[in-house]
Amino acid sequence: MKRFILNILSLIVLIISVFLGSCNKAVIDRTTLYPALTPSNIDLNADAWKPVLIADPSVFTIPAPDALTSPAYVADLNEIKGYQSSLTSDQKAIINYWSAGAVLRWNEILRDLVAKHNLPPYQNLDDTYPAPSSANPFAYPQFPFSNPPYAARAYAYVSAAQYDALIAAYHFKKLYNRAAPYNNAGVQALIPKSALPSYPSEDAVVAGATVEIMKLLFPTEIDYIQQKAAEEMQYRIMAGANVRGELNAGQSLGAQVAGVFAARARTDRAGKAIGTPAQWAQLPANATSRGDQFWVSLESPKRPPMLPLFGKVLPFLFDTLTVVALRPGPPDLAGSPAFQKDLAEVLSYSQNPTREHQAQVEFWADGAGTYTPPGHWNAIAADEFVKQNYSEVRWARNYALLNMAEMDAAIVCWDTKYFYYNQRPCQANPNIKTLTGVPNFPAYSSGHSNFSGAAATILTYLLPDRGAKFTDLANQAAMSRLYGAIHYRSDVEVGLVTGNEVGQYAIKRAQSDGAGN
Amino acid sequence: MMKSLPMYFYRYCIINCIIICCFLCSPKITFAQTDADALMIPKKFYCAGIIYTNNSWTNYWEGTFKRDNGNIGTLKTNSYTLVGNYGITNKLDVLFSAPYVTTNASSGTLKGQSGFQDLALALKWLAFKQNIGSGKLSFFAIVSGSIPLSNYEADFDPVSIGSHSKSAMFRGLLNYQAGRFFIAGSGQYIQRSDITIDRNSYYTTQLIYSNQVYMPNGNNVMVSTGYRSTQFNAEFMLQQATTLGGFDIRKNDMPFPSNRMNATMAGALFKYSFGAVSGLELTAGGNYILNGRNVGQSTTYYGGVFYLFDFSKKNTK
Repeated sequence: MKRFILNILSLIVLIISVFLGSCNKAVIDRTTLYPALTPSNIDLNADAWKPVLIADPSVFTIPAPDALTSPAYVADLNEIKGYQSSLTSDQKAIINYWSAGAVLRWNEILRDLVAKHNLPPYQNLDDTYPAPSSANPFAYPQFPFSNPPYAARAYAYVSAAQYDALIAAYHFKKLYNRAAPYNNAGVQALIPKSALPSYPSEDAVVAGATVEIMKLLFPTEIDYIQQKAAEEMQYRIMAGANVRGELNAGQSLGAQVAGVFAARARTDRAGKAIGTPAQWAQLPANATSRGDQFWVSLESPKRPPMLPLFGKVLPFLFDTLTVVALRPGPPDLAGSPAFQKDLAEVLSYSQNPTREHQAQVEFWADGAGTYTPPGHWNAIAADEFVKQNYSEVRWARNYALLNMAEMDAAIVCWDTKYFYYNQRPCQANPNIKTLTGVPNFPAYSSGHSNFSGAAATILTYLLPDRGAKFTDLANQAAMSRLYGAIHYRSDVEVGLVTGNEVGQYAIKRAQSDGAGN
Repeated sequence: MMKSLPMYFYRYCIINCIIICCFLCSPKITFAQTDADALMIPKKFYCAGIIYTNNSWTNYWEGTFKRDNGNIGTLKTNSYTLVGNYGITNKLDVLFSAPYVTTNASSGTLKGQSGFQDLALALKWLAFKQNIGSGKLSFFAIVSGSIPLSNYEADFDPVSIGSHSKSAMFRGLLNYQAGRFFIAGSGQYIQRSDITIDRNSYYTTQLIYSNQVYMPNGNNVMVSTGYRSTQFNAEFMLQQATTLGGFDIRKNDMPFPSNRMNATMAGALFKYSFGAVSGLELTAGGNYILNGRNVGQSTTYYGGVFYLFDFSKKNTK
């Protein structure tokens, strides 16, 4: 019996030691480690920066702030003091989260919603596919299907609206020159203090603009977005950074500015980008007339091409004639020696994948259920921007530059894809098996390469001290599509060049918007 | 259950203690019934075997929604597994399995994967034995662990060959044998380590910015009954594998290693040992997933050849 007990004890010790060794399973999300925003420069003159759409900030209306001695303002201060006298750990966590910055956190929320809604619809019983409807957004498939072009446009509208809203906010901030509530006795600053006038609140302006434009972009998420906005407003009060009046004015101003962007979005032709069956039937004509093999969906059942008329959407950085001018020359004709050479290379990558190539393919796949390639570049930018100690308005300006470049790269790329309408490598040779899913649209030129070329170009301009970092990343993203056996080398190389050209337009804008580098 | 414990030691021991270790793997979920028989190999005996396993599914569950997928067709997984079992004492055995796995989708463009999957090691201890009525009641405690044998890609479901998680498991097994018939029940808890994937952000029910993926733990309950004689065994089993946490695959989304994979499975196993060739044994069996969640409804067949080596004789010379 003694031996029996001894045996059991030794077994228990063994089990415990094995289990404890694998018990610390908490995953740390790196975005939770971002520090509180501490601008090295408050960019007080941002009211003079060049906005994207709005002409004159003074056309928007917000009420004059309550006098410092008014009962309303005193009540607002008391609200802060009330919170600060008994902050819960949950409330402190809210302060910690939002203190990293409004533009940053709303960009993350947008990335999250893009990933959530980036699912291709499931087929009908008759093997056709249902399409999401903005008129009936809750029906399956929910609106939107936030695929890469849709996502690129969403990031651009949100970022540009936030940027213009902040420029308008700076106009009124300087006009009213109200000091933040934490400068009053009895109110603590639970986040780093800023010399920026606090009426209207820059956080509220960003939230107000985002909520308003997101009603259009993600209509099924309005409730969630408004909850996040309410949480952010509560954060500003709890932190002693704004009184409620500053927040109300900010949200109102943000919504007014976003209204200008929403009006543009309703008429920018994105709503018709899905096309009609009659339009889809016309798409192979150009490929056929060039003597090329036209693209066919490789999905089963065959799925209509993704947003074939997205190339007609109105860009932000240039006009529609420029879209056509930026379109590269035609891809190699199917069967030509250059084509066969490219095809053989794809086959060799398909047949002999290295683990390193596989990792690169997976890292950049950004397919269904992800924030898409533009979202990936937003995440890359975020990790860099947090090191820069930007003001909110500079965060917004730099994201607007990046995301307008991404949207316009999507437009140019989609114009190219559906103009030439050429086949994917695994359509030309069914022996080519892929290391990631094959996107449901033509090959030439690579979307990843366009997005990455454009993003790297503008990010390198904004952060020149990063050297070749972004260019290297763009090359990796582009090449991952060749290694994954879903693109020809020419798709990748041409896509990078076109993307770079689009990025140059963003640089041109950045050089003349009054914000400096 | 689950890729992390892709092993299915099936062990038999008849007169001269021939052992069957049987490994079964499906790309979505694996039942580790292992070690889950009530038989021991005697001291200084070693059993070596090789098992071929064929697993395939056409239908699968996204959450509770059952569907097929024209972009996958039928997903086939073939495994070739080396297994071994050694008797340290008459009451303590050590077992291992090392599978080479290949996957292939019959439709679509996704490239099938292949490689050495996870090494599994188990210690099996006969803790208690008692005559009750006309039969014998015994209790076994089995601890086991698995560790990836290669740097295969976990984040490429449904064609990845495993989840690349390390695991530690504990099983309790109660067996009652009356004459040549037996009935057994067992329960297992599976602790899995987080995994590292090639991406630095991924979506579960929200975006997570990390290359680490939290892997939920799991459990596995089994009942089995059957016939055991010196030459022939027939056994039937029902199993329920449950992932304790994880999330559902959304409609038309890609699967992910930390999905909530559950399955109810029915199986049968047969063994034949040759009287003429001492130490040689053949085994064959199969199983079918009756109901599941975030797994393929797989059908599995397997067959193995085993040979028993007696090291105790040499030592006594």
